[in-house]
Amino acid sequence: MTGLGKDLVGLEPLSADQLRLILDTAEPFKEVSERQIKKVPALRGKTIVNLFFEASTRTRISFEFAEKRLSADTVNVAASGSSVSKGETLVDTAKNLEAMRIDMVVIRHGSSGAASFLGQRIASNVINAGDGKHEHPTQGLLDMLTLRDRFKRLEGIKVAICGDVLHSRVARSNIWGLTKLGAEVGVCGPPPLLPRNIEELGVTILPRIEDAIAWADALNILRLQLERMTAGFIPSLREYNRVFGVTTERLKKAPKDLLILHPGPMNRGVEIDSDVADGEHSVILPQVTNGVAVRMAVLYLLAGGRPGPQQAAGGDEA
Amino acid sequence: MTRPVVIRGGRVIDPSTGGDAVADVMIDDGRIGAVGRNIGSPDGAVEIDARGKVVAPGFIDLHTHLREPGQEDLETVATGASAAVAGGFTAVCAMPNTDPVADNQGVVGFIVRQAQRAGKARVYPIGAISVGQKGQQLAEFGEMVGAGAVAVSDDGKPVMSSHLMRTALEYARVFGIPVADHCEEMTLAQGGAMHEGLVATRLGLKGIPAAAEEIMVARDIILAELTGGHVHLCHMSTRGSVELIRRAKEKGLRVTAEACPHHFTLTHEACEGYDTNAKMNPPLREAADREAVRQGLRDGTIDVIATDHAPHHYDAKEREFDDAPNGIIGLETALGLAVSELVEGGLLTLPELVLRMSTLPARLFHLPGGTLATGAPGDVVVFDPAAEWEVRPERFASKSRNTPFAGRRLRGRAEVTIVGGEVVYQRT
Amino acid sequence: MTARTQLLDDRAIGRALVRMASEIVERCGGTADVVLVGIQRRGVELAQRLKRLIDAAEQTDLPTGKLDITLYRDDLQAIGPRPVVGETSLPDLEGRIVVIVDDVLYTGRTVRAALDEVTDFGRPRRVLLCVLVDRGGRELPIQADVIGTTVSLTATDRVDVLLSERDGRDVVELVRTPPA
Repeated sequence: MTGLGKDLVGLEPLSADQLRLILDTAEPFKEVSERQIKKVPALRGKTIVNLFFEASTRTRISFEFAEKRLSADTVNVAASGSSVSKGETLVDTAKNLEAMRIDMVVIRHGSSGAASFLGQRIASNVINAGDGKHEHPTQGLLDMLTLRDRFKRLEGIKVAICGDVLHSRVARSNIWGLTKLGAEVGVCGPPPLLPRNIEELGVTILPRIEDAIAWADALNILRLQLERMTAGFIPSLREYNRVFGVTTERLKKAPKDLLILHPGPMNRGVEIDSDVADGEHSVILPQVTNGVAVRMAVLYLLAGGRPGPQQAAGGDEA
Repeated sequence: MTRPVVIRGGRVIDPSTGGDAVADVMIDDGRIGAVGRNIGSPDGAVEIDARGKVVAPGFIDLHTHLREPGQEDLETVATGASAAVAGGFTAVCAMPNTDPVADNQGVVGFIVRQAQRAGKARVYPIGAISVGQKGQQLAEFGEMVGAGAVAVSDDGKPVMSSHLMRTALEYARVFGIPVADHCEEMTLAQGGAMHEGLVATRLGLKGIPAAAEEIMVARDIILAELTGGHVHLCHMSTRGSVELIRRAKEKGLRVTAEACPHHFTLTHEACEGYDTNAKMNPPLREAADREAVRQGLRDGTIDVIATDHAPHHYDAKEREFDDAPNGIIGLETALGLAVSELVEGGLLTLPELVLRMSTLPARLFHLPGGTLATGAPGDVVVFDPAAEWEVRPERFASKSRNTPFAGRRLRGRAEVTIVGGEVVYQRT
Repeated sequence: MTARTQLLDDRAIGRALVRMASEIVERCGGTADVVLVGIQRRGVELAQRLKRLIDAAEQTDLPTGKLDITLYRDDLQAIGPRPVVGETSLPDLEGRIVVIVDDVLYTGRTVRAALDEVTDFGRPRRVLLCVLVDRGGRELPIQADVIGTTVSLTATDRVDVLLSERDGRDVVELVRTPPA
């Protein structure tokens, strides 16, 4: 079955065929964003709610563009905090939205499992835009698309995910998506920021950033958050940059031209130096472009109606 | 004046005497009258046919949360005591994390009176170690014991201060009561929602490492040695903890331990799909930990089975995993799980089961019961170890329904429960 | 019990295309500003063949384009498994004469979608429709300007157009299924 089902909760439940379907479907949508009139009527009349419990400008805008370019009607709801602090439970928020007959919900929430929690309780399609530390499937997909654009394939490509893997949903989605399509994944970061049992997910541990640079074809550099310092995971951002930062000097020693990815927003001078971020091997901006195309593909694939008789072959539907 | 009760033809198991034979049991005037064959029936006696069943001293749960005072919507002393007898328990010890906390004779006495009014299982309150369970000032052990407390604990929370734990162990010796500790090193466990391991990594949930429990177990064992006090370790869940306790017992220290049915039945895999009914503290662990707990119950490293019955509202559990409260109910599934997992699993014989659920709990906390000796309280359970049944939470006597075992088929079920010579539960 | 009949063999298709090519030039009054836009998928191959024929006859190099109309379909909500979206790439259409090329004209809905999409790309001076087979059964007021062959079919019949670029051979077949 290649359809995606009702919800996109993560990349872990998807098969290799389903992942390829999404990436292949994103290709024609790249072209739509290059047109003068960046709109196709594919999702005309559909109502989509962007339900963001965590502030996020770039992901939300990316989804909004994707939705509007498909001619859908979008509503942004910026909710705050957990059910407990908000006073209205996630269940009630969901049921209220459903009562307003919305077709799809794009949800970003601070609790792992929030997307599947919602998907199980409402009939609308649910797309996970990041749930706690669990998954950020569209980010994983756009990273994969960007890698595939450059390398023409994902099989056998070595991707090192560098940084705070422990707290990163981007890392997890990348690990699932890439390993399913045959890429080799490594993780690199200070031990307190690597999850226990991570090797059991099929990834290689690269102890130092120098090891990652020597090993990989591409680096996916994760944002390091200030909170990790105060919570006792790392001493300071300065030390992190000195020991684990991706700098031009370190990249000079790379045996090949490494592709540089970053989900953004970047802490310039912490996990990545400015000249690396703006350098010729950086595909950080193409990632953003691909993000809209991937999200359009996901919305398009999920918004199907009930399965009906397959249309006839031979172009006879004219 | 209650009628005498004669229980006929059951397999009478009494670990306090080593007795295990088909016999009759007569209860008169609220006390065990006689155990033997073909006992004559006194006038007006209630006859109970126990053929094919097991007759044992009533189970005693050393770890229950009754939620009254303060959260009567979840459970009350009365409904909890009814759930207890439905599970074959004739007595439960109620943990003090109520609202207000049971840290004074007023609340302790209130709980005792509520239980008497309910007239189901006996309820022995456990008083708090510290005032408000805040971990600073010692509560009035003497006054609480005078009002009916049988032990002290800050359960719900660990006693983070080693100084406070030491003082509690020393002071408790005056009254001959155990100090029960919830072993959790909070700086390691902070924010954790489940066991730290592969499943937590996959689900993106912060984990509680086994070390968080083991560090406090080790500390409590050292303090027990230092003070000569009796420390009772609540809800043990890791193989490291079991090993530490084993070595402590080899040294002859006054360390006792309990384990809960969910820790000898489930693993962290039950959290898949973010099922909040699998969220409890300490969390469900790995298969190797479950195995160690089972072995610990077999060789006596873990002395007793306790339920840690923790009622929660449906709405509270119907939440994102991180936000859901910890705990599951357990009074009405404990026997079934113990029989299905431990007896049928070849780890415990039925007499050993009764030892761990009745005789030893009574002995450890110096409670009446746990025995069918003449003159002992008339607290008896008649259960059918072969009865197969399906767990249907909507039929529970407890007010709450939060259990991961709904729909599970179990073997072993209480048929009749007698407290103080009165039949307080009969399965319909 | 389906029955397959050949409507056009490879030579008939070739002859039809030659005639269609010259009709296009005639209708457009020459080749100036003419753009051939093939509808995915077999319309694209047909547009390429027509281009080669017109280029040879008129010594031109006609611009061509590919149009995938999936995202403009009016039945997207109803159908289940999502159809694969093909490539769309068009030259500048502003003020041009756009000839939409497709293999079969039936209900007219595909052409309706194509018209909507073309309009989103620019404003042509004129739009014509050129099809290899017109099988009747219109559900919208759409007509073809240049037609290879006309047949009249019932709803249970199907026309299969196979082209060597895609299917290995050139043939137009009629597949008849007796009504249930």
